[in-house]
Amino acid sequence: MADDVFKALADPTRRRILDELVERDGQTLFEICARLVAGHGSALSRQAISQHLAVLESAGLVVTRRQGRYKFHDLNTRPLEHIVTRWLRPDGPESTP
Amino acid sequence: MRIHITSVFVDDQEKALRFYTDVLGFVKKHDVPVGEARWLTVVSPEAPDGTELLLEPSGHPAVGPYQTALVEDGIPAASFAVDDVPAEFDRLSGLGVRFTQQPLEMGPVTTAVLDDTCGNLIQIVHGA
Repeated sequence: MADDVFKALADPTRRRILDELVERDGQTLFEICARLVAGHGSALSRQAISQHLAVLESAGLVVTRRQGRYKFHDLNTRPLEHIVTRWLRPDGPESTP
Repeated sequence: MRIHITSVFVDDQEKALRFYTDVLGFVKKHDVPVGEARWLTVVSPEAPDGTELLLEPSGHPAVGPYQTALVEDGIPAASFAVDDVPAEFDRLSGLGVRFTQQPLEMGPVTTAVLDDTCGNLIQIVHGA
């Protein structure tokens, strides 16, 4: 599971997708594609972005929900918390005066 | 050459006519009986002689899978120009219209995407 998260985060396009989802949850594939083109000049096809989303989804970083006829993508930061806590010392530098 | 007519597939022409006129604000231009269906077009009141939008019956077996796939990915079937997307978002939301994308600045344009209740997503857009 953690390996999936690292793999998902290793790609700049996937990190940009997460950046966009931080800004607003509940985006359709169309909106994600439009944001990547408008904000980052991405030349990727819809299929390519769809595949990137599938990687993020299998790592648990993106969850999809169906609402009526629509499909929306939300950010899920829980897998990141596991990564962060893995290397956190119980008494980090900040906690010592 | 100019664009004369463009079309959207609608599951119910009468319902579509009400949505496109009463809610979106277009006006009916042609309404001709064609068998069980109608040749039903609307135009913008700002351009009565401009491009017509044909409200085409969605009975063909190819339309269902096509519309379902587009809507699931959030892809609009058509894009209409408005003066002010946030203002139109507020007006239409007040009328109960559902949006799948809130107003969003995308470089030189601002867009939003709404459900036309007849099977399609419709984008509204204004330039900077």
